[in-house]
Amino acid sequence: MKTAISASGLHKSFGRTHALDGLDLEVEAGEVHGFLGPNGAGKSTTIRVLLGLLRADAGAVQLLGKDPWHDAVDLHRHIAYVPGDVTLWRNLSGGEVIDLYGRLRGGLDTARRAELLDRFELDPTKKGRTYSKGNRQKVALVAAFSSELELLILDEPTSGLDPLMEEVFRECVAEERDRGRTVLLSSHILSEVEALCDRVSIIRKGKRVESGSLAQLRYLTRTSVTAELAEPVNGLTDLPGVHNVDIRDRRVKLQVDTDKLDGVLRQLTQSGVRSLISTPPTLEELFLRHYQDDVTRTEEGAVAR
Amino acid sequence: MTAVADTRVSPRTRGSAKDLAGTGTLLRLALRRDRIMMPVWVVCLGLTASSTTGRLKSAYDTPKARADLVVDMNGNGSTRALFGAAFDDSLGALTVWRVGGFLTVFAAIMSLLIVIRHTREEEETGRQEALSACMVGRRAGLTSALLAVGIANAAVTVLIAGSLAGQGGTGALALGLSVGLTGMAFGGLAAVAAQLTENARLARGLTSAAVGIAFVLRMAGDAAEDGSQGSGHLLVWLSPLGWAEYARPFADERWWPLLLIAVLAAASTALAYSLVGRRDVGASFYATRPGARAAGAGLKGVYGLGWRLHRGALLGWSAGFVFTGAIFGAISNGADEFLGDSDQTREIIQRMGGAQGLTDAFLASMVGILGTTLTVYTASAVLRLRSEETDQRAEPLLANAVSRLRWGGSHLVFAYLGPVVVLAVGGLALGVGYGVAADDMGGIPRAVGAALAQAPALWVVTSAAVFLVGVVPKYTAAAWAVVGWVVTLSWLGPALKMPQSVMDTSPFTHLPKLPGDDVTAAPFLWSLLISVVLTAGGLVGLRRRDIGG
Repeated sequence: MKTAISASGLHKSFGRTHALDGLDLEVEAGEVHGFLGPNGAGKSTTIRVLLGLLRADAGAVQLLGKDPWHDAVDLHRHIAYVPGDVTLWRNLSGGEVIDLYGRLRGGLDTARRAELLDRFELDPTKKGRTYSKGNRQKVALVAAFSSELELLILDEPTSGLDPLMEEVFRECVAEERDRGRTVLLSSHILSEVEALCDRVSIIRKGKRVESGSLAQLRYLTRTSVTAELAEPVNGLTDLPGVHNVDIRDRRVKLQVDTDKLDGVLRQLTQSGVRSLISTPPTLEELFLRHYQDDVTRTEEGAVAR
Repeated sequence: MTAVADTRVSPRTRGSAKDLAGTGTLLRLALRRDRIMMPVWVVCLGLTASSTTGRLKSAYDTPKARADLVVDMNGNGSTRALFGAAFDDSLGALTVWRVGGFLTVFAAIMSLLIVIRHTREEEETGRQEALSACMVGRRAGLTSALLAVGIANAAVTVLIAGSLAGQGGTGALALGLSVGLTGMAFGGLAAVAAQLTENARLARGLTSAAVGIAFVLRMAGDAAEDGSQGSGHLLVWLSPLGWAEYARPFADERWWPLLLIAVLAAASTALAYSLVGRRDVGASFYATRPGARAAGAGLKGVYGLGWRLHRGALLGWSAGFVFTGAIFGAISNGADEFLGDSDQTREIIQRMGGAQGLTDAFLASMVGILGTTLTVYTASAVLRLRSEETDQRAEPLLANAVSRLRWGGSHLVFAYLGPVVVLAVGGLALGVGYGVAADDMGGIPRAVGAALAQAPALWVVTSAAVFLVGVVPKYTAAAWAVVGWVVTLSWLGPALKMPQSVMDTSPFTHLPKLPGDDVTAAPFLWSLLISVVLTAGGLVGLRRRDIGG
């Protein structure tokens, strides 16, 4: 498969803060790639490097086989970007901004533009400041989705959208994927990422800490198991990969590393299973695990000092 | 769908105590937010006068020297245009002559900035909405802004009156009041402008234009007639800044012109109050009209966008220069009648406008005033590039197939060529104004040429701003220091007898005094060379640096 975005060992400092600290990122052509991380992890900085707005201090980066810093203009003919906080010019209407962006990217599909205005219920005659936050996002989204482009870079694009519009956004991303386009979606909304993305990268403090398909990542984490048994059970705590065992009479709650699930089930069935609930890890747990690690580590660091 | 008429619309309140709820809290908020800006303004305005008295005392240390100075200055139209007439030769009166006119202008600017900042800007950013949702009355925002500006102007008045009391208590009070009341009058006009438009930038522009018109009227009237003899010129009487001048502090004070300023302050404030109760929070009397559904052919690329962003300022400055140029031109006919013939006057004319024919000298100094004033326009056009960046509009734009140089060019074309257009129409108006008054249209090409000759010096300021934006974007505000320096040198330098080495730091000093002076290529070539080098440096920086706030 072709690689749409590849970055390795990116470093970027602003004064004393190291926004990027050896970041790696690979996005395959034709996939929807989730880009996750807590606030201040370096998501937007990475995206600005990918767009050639910032120059990385060190590291290599390529988009669609080109260098985003040196070939910015050529590259941008194939890229649409939606920032998380869209600011418009006060004396330009939304329709004018959409067309301006289209013209600057080398054309836009007017039929698609009309259709998207309709689906997003956006009035294109309003001017800059009279749009609400969500409507300003819609202006940028309509502009991005109505252009014929290879790669969409979306930086928390749905902030301020209501749930109905969020649904329209998901449909649009799915349509883009079906047309073979590549999407890099930076987001805080994990349900959105879970619904849309083929693969995700999680970053923290300017470094990638996890990357892979959702199935692969789930495999790396714990499944929650709640069971009601016919008889009391023994020896559960001794099994490898089992955590947080809570046995109350015949009711058992525990967490288990997903690759060790087999052994736990075998043990449980020996005691006769009356009911069983097994919850695969959500992306939220995955995310929180990395985030909490971070919190604990910082606390430890503070104590050590 | 059928519309259902709703007759239960609540009537607009006519004003009650509830309208003012929360004023005290908002006032404290305003003073807290302005805790640096306001004291700096107040101290600068309040202490400039007394420090000027000290400088005058050492520069003109005998009564004879001061009396000569008054005769010379009142005999010169262009210095009268800048400073107004000198009404007496006491140190107090000379202080008023030297700085009084500038103090009233800057009190007006301070006041309009404070009022707009706490009224329309609060509404435009949406902060007022959050405040209005609390226990805050309909008129509390306006009231707190006016109280804040009232406190600032009262402090200025007290500082001026107190620090100059040694020169005579009555005169000191008259000067203090003329400055403070002028501040309040333009604060009131700013409050009205804030009701008329939803755009804080436009409200500031409208009120600044009012200050500019008042200043030009006073200049024109003072240039045409020596106000210390007789009842004064009609144009001066049309300007609130002229009323402050004609109050004659330290020179047999006239109090009733101050009453005129107070009436203007009260009337504009009352108008603002009657307007504020009749509109919605965030709305205005001239609401934003809906825009086009789709972009027209003009909005093709970044240059089309640049035109949309810069056309307002370009048209506004052009209109202002047509007005100013026509008035300057009209009064310059007969300049020789009101120019004196003492050695000192000759020397100052020579410094400001060259030694040629007196009308030419007068025209040349007016052209110089027009040219240096335009540094404000060209600097703000360059800085628009930076504010597009800090307001996060540049990033999505540059994420399209737009090179940085193209994007920069779409703003800089207005920064470089905008002033040329404004100079051309200003020069044309100057020539036509002179031509109508003197019944001689032959001077128009010379006037236009003289105005256009200012462009290379302006470009030095433009390119200094470009260099800052490209190379040290965090310090772009330093462009205003460059503008302030150039304007101060050109306007005050000759009368303050600045050393030539200091005067030489301004590119405008090196230009030939046109019309009339001999034209040599060297100063133009040097200006162009410096502009090209600074611009190139700035553009290289813009290409290489990171983009973003």
